[in-house]
Amino acid sequence: MIAVESLAKSFGSIRAVDSISFTVNKGEILGFLGPNGAGKSTTMKMITTFLPPTSGSAKVANFDIWENPLEVRARIGYLPESAPSYKDMNVYDFLMFTAEVRGYDGEERKNRVVRMLETCNLKDVAWQLIDTLSKGYRQRVGFAQALLHDPEYLVLDEPTDGLDPNQKQEVRALIRRMGREKCIILSTHILEEVEAVCSRAIIIGNGKIVADGTPEALRRRSKLHGAVTLELFGADLKDAFADLEKIAGVERVELLTDEDRPSQNARTGKNGKESENGMEKSVNDSKEAEDSKAGKYGDGSDKTGKSSLRVRLFPKKGVAIAHEAAQFVHQRKWEVDAFTLEKGDLNEVFYNLTRGGQA
Amino acid sequence: MRNLKAVLKRELKGYFESPVAYVFIIIFLLATAGCTFFISRLFDTRVASLDAFFVWHPWLYLFLVPAVGMRLWSEERKSGTIELLFTLPITLIEAIAGKFLAAWLFIGIALLLTFPMVVTVAYLGSPDYGIIFTSYIGSFLLAGAYLAVTCLFSAMSKNQVISFVLAVVACFAMLMLGAGVFTDFLNGFLPVGISEAISAFSFFTHFQNFQRGLIDSRSLIYFISMIGFMLTANAVVLEMKKAE
Ligand SMILES: Nc1ncnc2c1ncn2[C@@H]1O[C@H](COP(=O)(O)OP(=O)(O)OP(=O)(O)O)[C@@H](O)[C@H]1O
Ligand SMILES: [Mg+2]
Repeated sequence: MIAVESLAKSFGSIRAVDSISFTVNKGEILGFLGPNGAGKSTTMKMITTFLPPTSGSAKVANFDIWENPLEVRARIGYLPESAPSYKDMNVYDFLMFTAEVRGYDGEERKNRVVRMLETCNLKDVAWQLIDTLSKGYRQRVGFAQALLHDPEYLVLDEPTDGLDPNQKQEVRALIRRMGREKCIILSTHILEEVEAVCSRAIIIGNGKIVADGTPEALRRRSKLHGAVTLELFGADLKDAFADLEKIAGVERVELLTDEDRPSQNARTGKNGKESENGMEKSVNDSKEAEDSKAGKYGDGSDKTGKSSLRVRLFPKKGVAIAHEAAQFVHQRKWEVDAFTLEKGDLNEVFYNLTRGGQA
Repeated sequence: MRNLKAVLKRELKGYFESPVAYVFIIIFLLATAGCTFFISRLFDTRVASLDAFFVWHPWLYLFLVPAVGMRLWSEERKSGTIELLFTLPITLIEAIAGKFLAAWLFIGIALLLTFPMVVTVAYLGSPDYGIIFTSYIGSFLLAGAYLAVTCLFSAMSKNQVISFVLAVVACFAMLMLGAGVFTDFLNGFLPVGISEAISAFSFFTHFQNFQRGLIDSRSLIYFISMIGFMLTANAVVLEMKKAE
């Protein structure tokens, strides 16, 4: 378990971390979110015993970072921000060095290094100077160094920074897999990454925790959560707008313009699927989408006099409106181009919680 | 201890894997030989003694030792690897001692490679091998003291060049405390006791003690405590500065 208690760090007059407390248990993957300069890296540097806190304390496996730094270090695998490593060494020698310091020797040392070269896809560059590696490969070297001793605790500062999309996926899968029997803290600026790997997220703003919960719970704070986005197509939509407000549970109806479309390209696809990352669920009738394409981007009407309408229905607090809305639309016999139940937008939650921050 | 060895091996290997090491050794050998043969004219004097060789060491080390040591901590701080090093299960003492010893050993190897000098004076006559031996010890200790000063200044700046310049200036000051000119100057307005006490802190005074053929325990203790003091200061500075 990692237990952080009222941890604070000041650099001169800058209060980088301002009394942060949380605990992370085995089996948890905690994601640190926050704008630039929020204090994520500084917190990690204190947990990993690199920086002494100005006040407060942290315990890793019940060892205090201040009283027993070596015990803490032995149990943590740490990937610092931008993965520093000795550039004048080749990858193999560098990992051999960390293996030696981690207390391995002989065959065991070699075996661990070779295994890490495989896990982190570094075999091809094992004999290359780290200086000549690309950024992504350097990141992988840092990752390999952190995992080498199969630590119970992992602290990863922006672990997928600089990786290509395939590697990102691979590293995320690896983190998820390890998360089952380890205790992991990672920081990231990629909100999808939090949803993809973290069991819990902490949003830090100006050195303080501004939100703490599962990604799901954080998303629920979004205004968008539970809203229904509709695309209607039909001959008589003039009154539809006002009509929709009558649906039970609907608080407000918002007219959406083309700019509100998450992705124009997605609209030209067969399914008109709006979601890029599984955050939104789309129910579509592709045939109708095809038929109505003509009127989509013009003045909203085509030769047949039919027009399209994009609206978003916001529910009253805590009310589920999807079912009602579906029935209502069905009764009116409108052609439905798209029907999306919004799960909420982490970006929005993040923005609202951290806006006005220093960065 | 095993981690000290790991750090030491890594640093030493680092020296020999870069061309800088060979450039350093070559410059060191050429410079010592050049000074000994062309300035002190060892062959012309035909004296079977290495005084003409060792007398140059304090001046050559003044630039060469800071050149060897300047990167030790500057580079570590600049590239951010210090964060890696001090989150590995290594103590501050192990890291500092490991790095210092690696560089000292490297200089020691360069010093050993001057053995043709001994062969030369052996050819010229029958030198006092005792004096040559203690002079080598003294030279090695002097290099260690310079190196410890360099380590301290290397920890102070992320910029190797700044570390180098500061280290050269500091070493020069430590050397000059005992130089005749400086002592005479002090004698002009200070009681002899005080100016002698000041010169007792000079690298030069203690280095010269080894050239008399015996290992003066006071000078030995002086160099060792000087190295210990500088490295302790190095640790304090690192703790203060590592976050930057
Ligand atoms: N050594 C230092 N000296 C002075 N200020 C520092 C130092 N290190 C960090 N800070 C300040 O502390 C604050 C927090 O920095 P930190 O690196 O923890 O942010 P972060 O959340 O990791 O940001 P990012 O997302 O950009 O990585 C910043 O305002 C930064 O300028
Ligand atoms: Mg950071």
